[in-house]
Amino acid sequence: MSTMSTTDVTNRLEEAEREWEERKLEPSLKESPETKKSFTTVSLAPVERLYTPNSLPEFDYETELGFPGEPPYTRGIHATGYRGKLWTMRQFAGFGSAFDTNQRFKYLLANGQTGLSVAFDLPTLMGYDSDHPFSEGEVGKCGVAISSLADMEVLFDGIPLENVTTSMTINAPASMIFAMFLGVAEKQGADWKKVGGTIQNDILKEYIAQKEWIYPPRPAMQLIVDTIEFCTREVPRFNPVSISGYHIREAGSTALQELAFTLRDGIEYVQYAIDHGMDVDDFAPRLSFFFNSHNDFFEEIAKYRAARRIWHKVMTERFNAKNPRSWALRFHTQTAGVSLTAQQPLNNIVRVAIQALAGVLGGTQSLHTDAYDEALALPSDAAALIALRTQQIIAHESGVINTVDPLGGSYFLEKLTREMEEGAFEYFRKIDDFGGMTEAIEAGFPQREIQDSSYEFQKAVESRDKIIVGVNDYVMDDEPSAMNLLQIDESVAELQAGRLSKLRAERNSSKVEETLKDLAAGARARVNTMPLLLDCVRAYATLGEMCDALRPVFGEYQEPAF
Amino acid sequence: MSEGIMSEARIRVLLAKPGLDGHDRGVKVIARALRDAGMEVIYTGLRQTPEQVVAAAVQEDVDAIGLSILSGAHMTLFPRVVELARQEGLDDVVIFGGGIIPDEDIPRLKELGVSEVFTPGARMQEIIDFIRRNSHTALQPA
Repeated sequence: MSTMSTTDVTNRLEEAEREWEERKLEPSLKESPETKKSFTTVSLAPVERLYTPNSLPEFDYETELGFPGEPPYTRGIHATGYRGKLWTMRQFAGFGSAFDTNQRFKYLLANGQTGLSVAFDLPTLMGYDSDHPFSEGEVGKCGVAISSLADMEVLFDGIPLENVTTSMTINAPASMIFAMFLGVAEKQGADWKKVGGTIQNDILKEYIAQKEWIYPPRPAMQLIVDTIEFCTREVPRFNPVSISGYHIREAGSTALQELAFTLRDGIEYVQYAIDHGMDVDDFAPRLSFFFNSHNDFFEEIAKYRAARRIWHKVMTERFNAKNPRSWALRFHTQTAGVSLTAQQPLNNIVRVAIQALAGVLGGTQSLHTDAYDEALALPSDAAALIALRTQQIIAHESGVINTVDPLGGSYFLEKLTREMEEGAFEYFRKIDDFGGMTEAIEAGFPQREIQDSSYEFQKAVESRDKIIVGVNDYVMDDEPSAMNLLQIDESVAELQAGRLSKLRAERNSSKVEETLKDLAAGARARVNTMPLLLDCVRAYATLGEMCDALRPVFGEYQEPAF
Repeated sequence: MSEGIMSEARIRVLLAKPGLDGHDRGVKVIARALRDAGMEVIYTGLRQTPEQVVAAAVQEDVDAIGLSILSGAHMTLFPRVVELARQEGLDDVVIFGGGIIPDEDIPRLKELGVSEVFTPGARMQEIIDFIRRNSHTALQPA
C-alpha cells in the first residue's frame, strides 16, 4: 500500500511539473528567451534549468546520504561536522633557503595557522642537490631548497614536531625527504609515535599530471609500499600517502576526471599494499586524499560528497575492509591555482573565497587558500595573510559551520553527486580493463583524457562561451600593476652550494658511501628501504646521492609521446 | 622546394620546455592550437637543456622556437637558448616564450633577443598570428 502511494505522489509531482512547464515556463521563454542554448559547469558538464524531486528517481535517504559520521559518509565523516572541530588551516609555504622558509612558518603559526605544509623547490622535487647542473636557475624558486638533513634541521628550527602536524608535498623522492624529517624529529628528541603529518608520496598522479618523476612506475610503487609499511609500524600518526587530484585538475582535467583518476589511484595503492602482504585495515585508515577546489561551486561540493560515498563502497565491496576508519575518506583541499588570473589580480581574492567555501561545504578536513598574487609569483607576506584570513572569515563569520552538511538534500546537489558517482565508476571500469592504473598510465589513457579536456576548455574561453572576468571580458586597458612580488635571486643557490661543499668536507665520507651501498643492495634485494634511507640521512648523505644510488637499481622514467 | 605542388610551405615550430618544471598543460594546448592552424609542431617534451633545445631546432630546421617555463628560471634559461641559437647561426629563427613571467622581466628578455613573451591569459590566436607574422617561411614568397 505504501509503495502505491509513493508512486502516486511521484506521478502527481511529475504531472505538476509538466503543467508548470506549459503554464508558466513556455510563455516565459517566449517572452524572454534564456541567454544561452545550454548551460554548463566549468567542466563543460550540462546543467538543467531546474531540479526537483523528479530529478532524483528512487531517492533513498538512508542508503544515499545516511547520517554524518556513518556510512556512506555522504554528509561527512564527523557526527558534529565543524561544530566540534574546525578544519585545519594549512597554508602551503616554502621559498628560498631553509632559513627563509623557517621564518615564514613562524610568521604563519604566529598568525593563527594550525598546521605546516612545506613546498619544495624543483631540484628537491626531482631529487637533485642544489649544486647539480640541472638545478641552475631553479634553486629556491618554487619552494624551499633542501639537499640534506642539515637543511631540514634549519627548516624546523624552533618548531617542535610533536606539537605541530606537518604536510610535505614531495613525491618522487618522498621516502628520502621523509627520512630527513624523521631524522630532525630524532634530534629534537620527539617520539616518532607522536609525530603527525602527511607526505604526499603519490607518484601515480606525477605520471598522469604533475610530471615530477625519477624512476619508472613499478619500482616507484615499491618505494611507496615501503613507506606505507614503515609508517604503519613506526610512525602511526603519519599519513604515508596523500592521494592527490589537485594536480590532475590543474593539468586541465574536469571535476569528474579529477575524482575518478584520484580514487582509482587510491585503489591502486591499496591493491599494491595488499599484494605485498599487508592487511587492508592496518593501513587504510591512514590514507588521505587531496582535492582541488575550482570555481564551479556546486560541482565541487558534489565531487567531495561523492568521493566519500564512492570510497566507502570501494573499501567495503572491493577490499572487504572491516574497520570503519578504513571506510571514511579524509581529505585536504586547495583552491585552484589554475583559476587565478594575472589580470586584475585582486579579483583572485573573491575567487579564492568562493572556492574555499565550496571546500568547507564539502566537508574538508584541512584547507589551503591560494594567495591572490600566485598567477604572478610566489605569495608575498601580505597576500599570504589575506589568504589565511579568508578561511578565518568563513569559519567565524559566515555561519556555515553551524550545521552539518547544510546543502544536503538540495535536489540539484544530490543529482550532481549521483552523476559524479556514476561517472567515476564508469572510469573505474575503463581503467580496470587496462589491468589497473599503472597499466592505464603506461598506455597514456588518463594523460590523453586530460589533454582533451584542457584543450576543450581553452577553446570555450577563446570563443567566450566561458567568461573569465578580466581576461576575456571586463578587460581593463591600463591596469594598476604596482604589486610587491616576492623575488628570489641567485643568492640562495650560492648559499646552498657553500653549505653543500662544507657538508661534504666535514662529514664522514666512508660512512656515507657505506650507507649508500647498503641502500642500493637493500633495494635490489627488495627489503624495506626506509631504515636504510634513515641510515644514509644520519650520515648526512645528500638527497641527490640517495636518489642516484637507486637509479642503477630502478632505472629512470622516460615519458612516452602522446 | 621538394613539396613543389604545395602553394604554401608549412611553418615549422619547435615547442620546448627547458628547466625542471613539469607544467605542460599550456605548451600542449599551444601545440594543438598551432597544429589546428596548419603548422608543423615539434614538441621536445619536458626538461630539455638549452643545448638540447637548440640542437633540436637545427635538426628540425624550424622557423620558430617557443619556450615555456613556469618555474621562475626564465631569466637564466631563455637568454641561454637565444645565445646558443645565435652561435649556431639560427639568425632568422624567431624565439618567443611564455609562462609565469613577471611584467618587469619582459623588457630585459626582449633586449636579450626573445621576440615576444606571452603571459597567462594570452589567446591562442594571438600566438598563431605572431608566428605567422614573424616566421621566415611565411615571409618568403610562395
